[in-house]
Formats: sequence, C-alpha cells, structure tokens
Amino acid sequence: MIWTLALELAYWQQTAIKLVVVALVIPTGAIILGYVFLMKMMSFMQSRLGPMEAGPYGTLQLLADGVKFLQKEDVFPRRADRYVFALAPVVVLMSTFLLYVVLPVGPDAVVSGLDAGLFFALAAASLSVIGVLMAGWGSANKYALMGGMRAAGQLIAYELPLVLAAIGVVIQAGTLDLNKIVLAQANGELFGWGGMGFPYILTQFVGFAIFLVAVQAELTQPPFDMPVAESEIVGGYQVEYTGFRFLFFFMGEFGTAFAFAGIASVLFLGGWYVPGLDPTSGWFNLIGPFVMFIKIMAVSALIFWFRFTFPRLREDQLQKLAWKVLIPLALLNIVVTGVVKVLV
Amino acid sequence: MTVLGVLVAQNIAFGVIAAIMVFAALRLVTTRNVVHAALFLVVVLGGVAALFLLMGAEFVGITQILVYIGAVVVLFLFGIMLTRTRIGNEEGTDHPRRLPAVLAAALVATITIYAVVTGFGDAELPADTRTTTAEVADSIFSTYIVPFEAVSVLLLAALIGAIVIARRN
Repeated sequence: MIWTLALELAYWQQTAIKLVVVALVIPTGAIILGYVFLMKMMSFMQSRLGPMEAGPYGTLQLLADGVKFLQKEDVFPRRADRYVFALAPVVVLMSTFLLYVVLPVGPDAVVSGLDAGLFFALAAASLSVIGVLMAGWGSANKYALMGGMRAAGQLIAYELPLVLAAIGVVIQAGTLDLNKIVLAQANGELFGWGGMGFPYILTQFVGFAIFLVAVQAELTQPPFDMPVAESEIVGGYQVEYTGFRFLFFFMGEFGTAFAFAGIASVLFLGGWYVPGLDPTSGWFNLIGPFVMFIKIMAVSALIFWFRFTFPRLREDQLQKLAWKVLIPLALLNIVVTGVVKVLV
Repeated sequence: MTVLGVLVAQNIAFGVIAAIMVFAALRLVTTRNVVHAALFLVVVLGGVAALFLLMGAEFVGITQILVYIGAVVVLFLFGIMLTRTRIGNEEGTDHPRRLPAVLAAALVATITIYAVVTGFGDAELPADTRTTTAEVADSIFSTYIVPFEAVSVLLLAALIGAIVIARRN
C-alpha cells in the first residue's frame, strides 16, 4: 500500500486505514455473496427470478433489507439474560473481523502478516462457537437452546477436519504465513516448468475437498444447517433475534463465508498471484485484491452450489461424516504428504 | 517508542489487559450464575492470550485461544447448559468451607510469587522477545523431545482413562 501511494504513513494511520477497509469489506462481501448466490443463483436453480423490484435486477434488495432491519424495534425476550443476549451477535461478528486480520490480498496488502497467520485464522474462527452458545442460552427459549447445543457439537466436530485439511498445505509450503504460502505456490514448478507456478490444489485436492466441506459445516449452511433448521427448531439460536442483532448474525455468516473462501483460495489456488508476473512486484498490491475477488467468487460459487442442492443431514449422520470419514481422510492426507515431502 | 529504556506502549497495554483480567477474575468467583462465571473465564483466558501476544510469543498466544477458549470453555458451557440452564441468580453457588479455600488460594499465590521472584529477581527482559513458530517447533522437537513425548503419552492415558470411566455404566 505504501508503495502505491508513494508516501510514508505512521503506524496509527496505517492501522486506521486498515480498520476502515476491513469494516467496509465485511458488509460489502456479505451483500455481494447474499445477492449473487443466496438470491439470484438459488432462484435460477429453482426456475424463478428472485428479487426484481429494488434496483436493476433487484441489486439493491439487500440494502433495502438492511435498512428495514435497522428500523426495527430492539426486542428483548422478557426472561432473557439481557447482557448475554445482547453480546452474543457481537462475539460472532468479532470472530469474523479477526479472520480478515491475516488474509493477504497482495505482497504488502495485508492487515497484519503474522508468522503463524493460518493458525491465527483457524483460532479466530473457533471463537464464534462462544457467541452461538451465548445466543442459545441467553434467549431463554427451548428451541434456541437446542440450536445452540447442536451448533456447539457441530462446530467442535468440524473444526478438526478444517485444521487437519490445512496441514497438508502447510507441510508442502513449509510455513504457516499465508503470504509465504502464496509465494511458495508462485515460485513452484510443474514438472520443471515454472510458467504458471504450482497451485496446491493439484496435489492437495483431498485437502481442498475436506476443507470446503468443513467450511460448509462451520458456517452452519445446508446440508449442515441443523442448528438453525427452521422446520425442526424454528431458527435455532437465532429464533429470538430481530432487527440489527439479526443483521449481525447475517453479516457474520456471509462475512465468514467470504473470508473462508479467501483462505481457501490462498491455500489451494495460489492466492493473489497470477501466472506470468514477478510475484515480488509491487503491482500485485494493486491487482491482487481483484485477483483474490475473482478466486473468492469462484470458491463461494462451489460452497453455495452445495448449499442449494443437498438435503439436510441428520444429526447422527453429521457426526459420523466428521469423525468416521473426514478426520481419517485428512489424517491419511497428512501422512502421505509428509512421506512424499521427505522422499522428494 | 522507548522513554528511559522503558517500552511505553507495551506497558500501557499490559496495564489495561491486566486490569480487565483482574476484574473478570474477581467477577468469575463472585457471580451467582454458572454460565456467567464460564463467560468471565473466557475474558480471563483471552487476557492471558493477549499477554502472550504482547510478549511476542505468537504461537503460544494463538494456541491459548484455540485450545482454551475454542475448546475447553466451549465444553464447560456445553456441560453447564445441558445440565443447569437457569437464567438469573442461582442457589448453592457458594461453598460453606471458605477458610480452606482461602488457605489453598493463598498457598498457590505464595508459591507462584516466590518462584517468580527467586527465579527472575530484577532481571529485565530484552526489548525484542519475539519468537517465530519455527523456533518453537525446533526446540520442542529437538531439545525438549523427551518431555514433550512423555506429556503426550500422559495425555493419551488420561483420555483413555476418561473413556473407560465414562463407559462403565
């Protein structure tokens, strides 16, 4: 960023700019994903048009929805625990914010390029469970509590495959720093030919698949949406939330989807790098965000495609899939990657 | 920024984090609601992680978040909410034997303070205490490999023991 603006900014100025950018990216990303996939793609898959009234092709529908949410009365259930109830959506959104701290969109265009960046992102993602449990318990509602319980069991079970799937990439790249993972892929060679780098999806396809399934479960999206299953427990932990507090949950879910799609593109698709250019060039600070946006949309399309086309799993099937299929597969992937890494 | 050899920003941050942690720790033992106690524990553990990050111990700080907040406290909350889910003040959060509890707490505090004071005394930390993940990994898997593996086996034994006890019925 400093390179493109050709001026030297103080630490607090840089920090302020980064905070504003992240605070803008989360709602924008959430709205783009919500409109393009949740409203339009799902509608087309179901042979209907979706929103058409607000703005051209209904593009302003979510803005209208957002304004509607902000106008609503701030309702507390009478027997709810006010503080816990009010703080829960904030905790969920905080976890989303922390995810963006380490997500790189260029060689220098990152909020904080931590040495253990990937580890930090996975730890930050695990914080949202606390918020979900707070919402479930603080609402003083049976269905909310059941939803919170289901969510906690599910998020704990699927955190393991999420972490284990990423380890294959870490072994191959030899670093936890997300920017160095991008560079390792940019400098990689395909059978001695370095023309397009080496995106890790070629060798870590199993890891990529497990990662996407686990992300789907972490987001509590169908087919893993038992915590909010409207036909069983009428919305789960979100049942008592209206207005801007519900908006927080919505932004948390879609903002996290956007961030996880970004992390998946960094780990498996080469991040902000495009073949043919010098990966250390400062130009990547300018084109990197656009490259990342395209890759994020591609990965999100996959995530939401699953969301709209698979029926909901049962609670025991969900746990079985995590513990008996995904975790053993991910462990096997780690073993094979480690052996190959040592031998080659 | 350093004034008279003291890192100003770090010291202010330490003071703020420490004050939040002390407040949360006091509320943790005085609150009359078990779920609130668990949530204050989250604040205390988050403060510990923040202190680790402040010291440049990135990997340890993140592990603190992932393991303690993301897993241990979540299991606490899960257990509490499954068994006792009342909102508001609860009966029986106090224990009648206060004196032994005070003695035990005082003993632990004395030992900890004594160990820190005799161990470090007036020694000052170097200005840059940052450690990378690679350094942590290298020391665990070379110098400290035997204690590390011993602790791993111990944890595995505890895990199996817990399953055996739980499955007896």
